[in-house]
Amino acid sequence: MTSTPKIELSNVHKAFGPKVVLDGIDLSVSKGESVVVIGGSGTGKSVMLKCILGLLRPESGSIKVDGEEVVGMGTRDRERIMRKFGMLFQGGALFDSLKVWENVAFGLIQGQKMERGPARDIAIEKLAQVGLAASSGDLFPSELSGGMQKRVSLARAIATSPEIIFFDEPTTGLDPIMADVINSLIVKCCKEVGATALSITHDMASARKIADRIAMLYKGKLIWVGPAKDIDASGNPYVDQFIHGREDGPISMELRA
Amino acid sequence: MDFLATVGRVFMTFLAHTGRLSAFTAMAVSHVVRPPFYPRLIMRSMVEIGYYSLPVVGLTAVFTGMVLALQSYSGFSRFAAEGAVATVVVLSVTRELAPVLAGLMVAGRIGASMAAEIGTMRVTEQIDALTTLSTNPFKYLVAPRILAGTVMLPFLVLIADIIGVFGGYIVGVYKLGFNSSTYIARTWEFLEPLDVISGLTKASVFGFLITLMGCYNGYYSRGGAQGVGAATTNAVVSAAILILVFNYIITAMFFGK
Repeated sequence: MTSTPKIELSNVHKAFGPKVVLDGIDLSVSKGESVVVIGGSGTGKSVMLKCILGLLRPESGSIKVDGEEVVGMGTRDRERIMRKFGMLFQGGALFDSLKVWENVAFGLIQGQKMERGPARDIAIEKLAQVGLAASSGDLFPSELSGGMQKRVSLARAIATSPEIIFFDEPTTGLDPIMADVINSLIVKCCKEVGATALSITHDMASARKIADRIAMLYKGKLIWVGPAKDIDASGNPYVDQFIHGREDGPISMELRA
Repeated sequence: MDFLATVGRVFMTFLAHTGRLSAFTAMAVSHVVRPPFYPRLIMRSMVEIGYYSLPVVGLTAVFTGMVLALQSYSGFSRFAAEGAVATVVVLSVTRELAPVLAGLMVAGRIGASMAAEIGTMRVTEQIDALTTLSTNPFKYLVAPRILAGTVMLPFLVLIADIIGVFGGYIVGVYKLGFNSSTYIARTWEFLEPLDVISGLTKASVFGFLITLMGCYNGYYSRGGAQGVGAATTNAVVSAAILILVFNYIITAMFFGK
């Protein structure tokens, strides 16, 4: 086993004004592993990913990628680190001014300075990997259905063969069958490129399918971390309530009239 | 005490916005002058700003020149100075009206569309996606637009100068009965290079301000459709006010003594 974890968070804090979102997060993801962070809406899952990506800056704590501290890193080093990452955004976040194949090839053309011709070939190949025909490459993202957009977004995330891929709610807004298709694609793509994966979701079916380990985020803290197969026997009342989707339990939804 | 707190809060907000805008401006300018450049994007912005604004700027200029000739003729006839119409038209158009009116029209057209486009990219996470694809959003989105605006506005205003003077000529010769060659001679008689140069300098500054406001407001837009709407409004209003303020400052610098 490798000694340095691929991603290591220690004691990460992030607050927006008086609202504390992350309250001391410790998490490490080793090479080739797939970790899924579960938790309710608004518990700071997306904020955690954005802190690792450097889109948000945590107040304190350390985030290491391949043993390298990324908090407070300069723009140039940041761009170098970003080459290791691929990300599937919740809403797809496809560039609507570009064609589908240009979206998929974006990281190759802009990030790696590849010529448009060969980049297009790779894009078509990646589209095929996620089950889309080459002809869909010439469409614009707005001409695709939600499920197809997610698949294009997945193709874009894996196009540069990143070492680390983040999945932000990969199945949200999809029907159960398409959700399962996406989950299978995620598992397959990560295997093929040997990538380390960190996902956030509140869809338990998705979590069970793609995770090696599951961590649960509640009120800014990771309250449970363990192998995916142990999730049903966690012995943690918060986790039990969440995975069974019960209204009653220790987690009370803060509803204000 | 409440009153003082309110004043303090407003002042702090103002300072925070000023600071953020200054940082944004410095960042944008530094990316305009440093490679890598995106020639395709610069060209696209130049065509959008320079070419597609021609009809609206041309119409504004021709009617401005026409009404100016009409007004100054009827006004100046009160003290028997009708002969100055050609001179008044050419000086007003080149020094003031072409740059200011073209600037305001372009602010409405380009400032709004930039704020809406970048704002939508922000709220749909496309800007975050750029970062994860190792592309600096300042370089990719902001720098090409600001460069194109700063370079193209002087060309637009030069065309507006010519069309505006032509509008005055039409009214002067065909409606007010001036002799064609006398009108043209009068137009050239008191025109100095500095009149045109000052107008073009203004145009360049206005182009910078319009695109800066469009990009800035779009970049920091928040909260869905409403946020993008607010960003669009702010982009146009702030650009229009800055144009008028800087118009005075530049005029004072050129002709203040």
